[in-house]
Amino acid sequence: MTDQRTGTPDELASERTSMPSPGVAAGPGVDAVFDPDASDAMDYVAETETSDEAGGIRQETMILNMGPQHPSTHGVLRLLLELDGETVIRCQPIIGYLHTGIEKNTEYRPWQQGVAFVTRADYLSPFFNETAYALAVEKLLGVEAPERAQTIRVLLMELNRIASHLVWLATAGMELGAISVMLYGFREREEILDIFEQVTGLRMNHSFVRIGGLVMDLPDGALDEVRDFLDMMPGRIREYESLLAKNPIWVERNVGVGVLEGQDAIRLGVTGPLLRAAGVDKDVRRDAPYCGYETYEFDVVTRTDADCYARFEVRIDEMRESMRIVEQCVSRLEASSGAVMVDDPKVGWPVRLEVGPDGIGNSPAYIKHIMEESMEALIHHFKMVTEGVSVPRGEVYVPVEAPRGELGLYVVSDGGHKPYRVRMRDPSFSNLQALPHMVEGGLIADTVAVISSVDPVMGGVDR
Amino acid sequence: MTAIELAEAVRATWPETVVSRGELSVVLEREELLSALERFRDEPRFAFDLFLGVTATDWPDAEPRFWLAYELYSMTHRHRARLKVGLSADDPAVPSATGLYPAADWHERETYDFFGIVFEGHPNLRRLLLPEGWETFPLRKTEELGGVNTYYRGGAFIPPVDKRTS
Repeated sequence: MTDQRTGTPDELASERTSMPSPGVAAGPGVDAVFDPDASDAMDYVAETETSDEAGGIRQETMILNMGPQHPSTHGVLRLLLELDGETVIRCQPIIGYLHTGIEKNTEYRPWQQGVAFVTRADYLSPFFNETAYALAVEKLLGVEAPERAQTIRVLLMELNRIASHLVWLATAGMELGAISVMLYGFREREEILDIFEQVTGLRMNHSFVRIGGLVMDLPDGALDEVRDFLDMMPGRIREYESLLAKNPIWVERNVGVGVLEGQDAIRLGVTGPLLRAAGVDKDVRRDAPYCGYETYEFDVVTRTDADCYARFEVRIDEMRESMRIVEQCVSRLEASSGAVMVDDPKVGWPVRLEVGPDGIGNSPAYIKHIMEESMEALIHHFKMVTEGVSVPRGEVYVPVEAPRGELGLYVVSDGGHKPYRVRMRDPSFSNLQALPHMVEGGLIADTVAVISSVDPVMGGVDR
Repeated sequence: MTAIELAEAVRATWPETVVSRGELSVVLEREELLSALERFRDEPRFAFDLFLGVTATDWPDAEPRFWLAYELYSMTHRHRARLKVGLSADDPAVPSATGLYPAADWHERETYDFFGIVFEGHPNLRRLLLPEGWETFPLRKTEELGGVNTYYRGGAFIPPVDKRTS
């Protein structure tokens, strides 16, 4: 085995020779000399024995390290738990294992390329990250994407919310022993990812939303796929409920576990399904509508029990509400047509894409236009691609309701071609702060149930 | 209350209040930050009970160099506000809001981690996302992107991609 400690070999060698050895002369061929006065270890044992009150039973707590490589911690979350028997008396989350410097990276690229970075933060809700970023930049620019683009954004976001909740359902089920639910959850999520792949060319990290609109309109047949999905899904959701809702193990593991009351949740900055499961009625889609959410009919789901089971009910019902919105989007998109990019050459990305026999690529007509027909179009294309849009000075904070809560994009521009500062207020980051409050005092087995009910995505927490 | 009406109510106490792009910003001295946060939280007409986060922006050539932005939301009135505090380069310290809003804990640690802003009175102001022992504050504009030597076992340093010669 190689030595895993950091430091140059010389430093390590000197550390070994200079190591203090109180009362113990260690080394090959030399008997260890034991000096009871200098032994810290003995003091410790003696102390715990004298402070023992339970008739000869040792009263010690144990520190347990959980993660970062642990299947039930959703990625690379690490918890330091102090245990008294099976009871957690202290919990300290340690994060940062997936820090990728997304915020710093955006400051070095043109505005349009920021989409490709932020979409990778919370990788289970890419469309929310993209849309929030695009809305923030559009707010700085003072432009608004066309109605059809907004409707497609809503359609994709709500499908994304269902996909994200399905991953939560799958992993939560798996962690509490319901392996079949895991398979079903991922099976239906795959249907949604197929739709995404058909629309954007990618299953995840789509970079499909652009400043001022979208990359392209929906391809032919995509809406039929969505309709098929809408026909299939209600039965599947009933199936999850019949598997879990009255299942004695599921009820036993979730009811009354990880309680986080509404006032505590607000004080700890918690948003999303956790907050709504505690009876607090907050949803950015309704309170500060964006992308035309005020024109859709949907209900904000709340429960009052504030435990893991209430969060399960909230998420299941949110999937149903999302399907209601998707249905309205589909009927609107079928009944209308129009541009999906803002009609402003100083803002809209000039490149036109098209689905060819080998997938999505540059539109041949557009290539012909800039290469053979119009010198001005070529110059404009070159300027936009190399330099990008310039965004007026200012700062905005744009919130959207992501599957895990309020995702806020704080974007600052100094008037240049690159963002001056992009900060993602990711819901997982804030929600995870409340984890010790929910875990401490409970059993260690419940810790697993609580983590999955918080549903943190470490890509979003660490960014 | 709309942002404009809210601004009228706020301006009586804090004159440097602006509404830009429909968003309310209140510029404060750092000495009055905590009292302002307390009033924003407790006065029924404001009732900002949800702390959404704090972050910084670095303007290395300007004075003040750092600008903190606190985002607040009110569950009761469903309105938002941003509090802004400017900090000079040689004394980037500000009182911590964790006593008023426990939610500020990680947000302040992140801002310390990225910008080196010291939140006085924070119970546990250590690195959050970067490893313990990291020396720079990477989101300052004076720090370049990448450019960190990576240490491997056995004492070898691998230069960053943008600094490799071959």
